[in-house]
Amino acid sequence: MAKLILSMDSLVIQEIPLNKERITIGRKPHNDVQIDNLAVSGEHLVVVTVLNDTFIEDLNSTNGTFINGQSIKKHFLQNGDVVELGKYRLKYIKDAKEVSQQVATTDFEKTMVLRPGMAQKTVEKAESRSMGDTQVGIKAMAPPPRQAPQPAPAALPLGTIQVLSGANAGREMDLIKTLTTMGKPGVQVAVIARRPHGYFITHVEGANFPIVNGKTLDAQAHQLSDHDVIELAGVKMEFFIKA
Amino acid sequence: MDLSQSLEIVTRTDVGMVRSHNEDSVFANPAQGLAILADGMGGYNAGEVASGMTTTLLGSELVKTFTRLAPHCADSNGRLHAHSALETEIAKTNSAVYQAAQSQPQYAGMGTTLVMAVFYDNSMTVAHIGDSRLYRLRGDEFQQVTRDHSLLQEQIDSGFITAEQARHSQNKNLVTRALGIDPTVEPEIGDYDTLPGDIYLLCSDGLNDMVEDEEIAMTLQMLSANLDLCALQLVQMANDNGGRDNVSVILVRVKRGYPASRRFGGWFARLLAWLK
Repeated sequence: MAKLILSMDSLVIQEIPLNKERITIGRKPHNDVQIDNLAVSGEHLVVVTVLNDTFIEDLNSTNGTFINGQSIKKHFLQNGDVVELGKYRLKYIKDAKEVSQQVATTDFEKTMVLRPGMAQKTVEKAESRSMGDTQVGIKAMAPPPRQAPQPAPAALPLGTIQVLSGANAGREMDLIKTLTTMGKPGVQVAVIARRPHGYFITHVEGANFPIVNGKTLDAQAHQLSDHDVIELAGVKMEFFIKA
Repeated sequence: MDLSQSLEIVTRTDVGMVRSHNEDSVFANPAQGLAILADGMGGYNAGEVASGMTTTLLGSELVKTFTRLAPHCADSNGRLHAHSALETEIAKTNSAVYQAAQSQPQYAGMGTTLVMAVFYDNSMTVAHIGDSRLYRLRGDEFQQVTRDHSLLQEQIDSGFITAEQARHSQNKNLVTRALGIDPTVEPEIGDYDTLPGDIYLLCSDGLNDMVEDEEIAMTLQMLSANLDLCALQLVQMANDNGGRDNVSVILVRVKRGYPASRRFGGWFARLLAWLK
C-alpha cells in the first residue's frame, strides 16, 4: 500500500497509509489527519486514492499546496513526490513491491471489468492478491510475462537518404520520423520505416517495385544497410548512416 | 446490396510480444459492409472463447438478418433495421457468452469488449462496449469516434484527471462494460455519415496503448494507398514499442459512395419482412 510520510524540518511526525479513498488533511480536528499549525488551513487538502492511483487536491487553502516547489490545485502523485503545506512536508512513497510489480507487470495486466461498488473491493484485494488469482468478474493479474521486456535498444543511428539523380540530385533527407514515404503518389511510392533495430524499405503503391543495389524487391520489407542504392520511379538515391 | 466495390476492408490480429495467447478476434465482410472486433478477457483460453464466439455469432447472424432486410430499411416496429438488428444480435450474443460462462466452470467470468461498424447507404452505424475503439481519418483530420467504457474515461469525463495524466495512470485496464459478464448488456450505438476517401480504424487497446494517436494518424495518412501494409505497420509499431498486449486492427476504406437503392429494394424488402 502506498503511504504519505508527514515531516517537519526533516523530522518524521507520522506515516499516513493510503487505505481510504479520501483522506482529508487540515488544521481542524475533524480531518483524517490533523496538523495543528496556523499556516495550515482548516480544511487544507484531500488525498484521493483510486486503486493504484493517488491524487492530491488543494481545498482552496489560504497558503496553498506545493508539489516539488510548484503551487498546485490538483496533482497526480508520482512515487517520491514531495507535497509542502506551510512548513510541513508530505512525501509520497509507493510500496516498493507495488512499484516493482507495476514496472514489471502492471502493463501486462489484462483488461478487467469494473462493476459498481467494486473499486473498494479491488483495492483491498490488491493488497493480498497473488499472481494468477482469478475471480468471477475480476480478472486478477496476468501470469508473469514469458520474457522480460527487451531493454531499450541503444539509440538507432540516424539514417539519411541522399538523392543521386534527377532534378533533386544532391538533396539530403534525414529519416527522423517513424515513417518516411518517397516517390510519386499514384505512380510509385515506397516507405522507409524507422524501427528499433534498423531501417526498412517497403513498397506501398505502383506497378513497379523499388530496386535496391540492382535487385528488385518483392512486397516484403527489406532492411537497408549503409550505402545501399535505391531506385524508385526512375530516381536513384543512396541510404547511409550518419556517424 | 454488395458493397465490396465501395469498401476495402483489411484485418490483422497479432499475439504481440509478451502474451502467450491471442484473445482478440476479428471479423469482416466487405460485401455486407460489416467489421467486428472483440478483445476477450478471462482465465486460460476463456478470453479467446468469448471474443471468438462474439465475432462469429454476430458476424453470421447479422449477415443473415441484413440479407433478409437491408440495414437502412425500417423494421416492423418502424425502427431503423440497423439499430434493431444490432441491439437484438448483441443481446443474443451476450446471452450466449454469459450462458457458456455460467455453465462451464473453465469459462467462468469470461467476457469481451466489442467494437463494430455496419456500412450502408453512405453512412455507418457503430456499436461498442468496453475499451476497443473506432477512429476516423477524413482528410487530415484523425478523430476517435467511440468513447471508451472505462474507469479512466469516466475519470477524464468527470474532470478528475486530464487526458495527459491518464497516460500515466495505472488503471488503464479497467473497463466498466463488457459483453458476456452479465445477463444483459447495453451497447452504445451511434450513426455517422461516411464520405469517399474516409478511412476507419477499429482496434483493440493493444494498439492505442502502445502507439500514440499522432503516430497512428501519420501511418494511416502515409500508407492509405496500401491498406494491407498500413495494418501490418500499425501492428509492427505496437510490437516495436513493447507489444505488451494482443494487437488487432481492422481498416475500412470508403472507395466510393454507396447509396441504398430505395425504389424497389426498400418496399420490396419491407413487404418481405411484413410477410414473415
